[in-house]
Amino acid sequence: MDVITATVDARGQSCPGPLVSLHRALKDALRGDLLELLATDPGSRSDVPSWSRLSGNDLVETSEDAGVYRYVIRKA
Amino acid sequence: MSENTTTRDAQPAPADAEPAQTADAAALRALIDQALAERDAQGINKRNKITIVAWDGHLDRIWPSLILSTTAAASGMEVSVFFTFWGLFPLVKPERRRKTGRDWMTKALGQMNPGSTAKAKLSRYNFAGMGPWMLGKMAEDYKTPHPTELLELARDMGVHLIPCQMTMDLMGIGREDLIEGLQEPIGAATALLEMKESAIQLFI
Repeated sequence: MDVITATVDARGQSCPGPLVSLHRALKDALRGDLLELLATDPGSRSDVPSWSRLSGNDLVETSEDAGVYRYVIRKA
Repeated sequence: MSENTTTRDAQPAPADAEPAQTADAAALRALIDQALAERDAQGINKRNKITIVAWDGHLDRIWPSLILSTTAAASGMEVSVFFTFWGLFPLVKPERRRKTGRDWMTKALGQMNPGSTAKAKLSRYNFAGMGPWMLGKMAEDYKTPHPTELLELARDMGVHLIPCQMTMDLMGIGREDLIEGLQEPIGAATALLEMKESAIQLFI
């Protein structure tokens, strides 16, 4: 079940780019789908969890590797 | 509900199992409905919505308004932006900028306000256009979308971009002067209604 259905590559984008890209990708996703967001914007560290609370989509995983933040979101 | 319906531990027994409970549940439901109706009547039933009053037409005001609008839309919120007074000029079509107005006074206003998001000035450090150019360059380097791009994005995302009817009349700006894809112009009362039902209201 825990397979990433889509990857949103928002590396290099800055506010509000990553969230807008993520929102677009979620439109094509099904409920329960796992989406992966890759971003380099340091603002995403606070913004993705906030967006998750606002939009009701679950943020299930957060990690960082060499300046790239990775977020896994489950579509509500 | 049938016997084999999966129920969680915390849930009460199926309603049809216990007639007394059904009556209790109905009474409780009525009480909740009444409380909700009272809250509605008081007009404090806020929606998951943000209304921004975009009063200022400067680049450094219209920019954050559009960042907040698109982010709110991306978060599943309803968004209305009410463009009034100087805030209306960024909505003027590029080809109509500095050409709006119906008489010498409104034409002078049209001349003094650059019009369109592409030509909006900074409220400070404008330096005859050097400031906006530098900010645009910095934004490009940091991949922050320019207001012109954000405005288009907002429209695509279903953000309600609402011009102020009074400002249009006062400043001699017609629908034909404004960009496409805007909502019908509204007055102060409708703007207040938008604000009243919103969980967040901002004046920028």
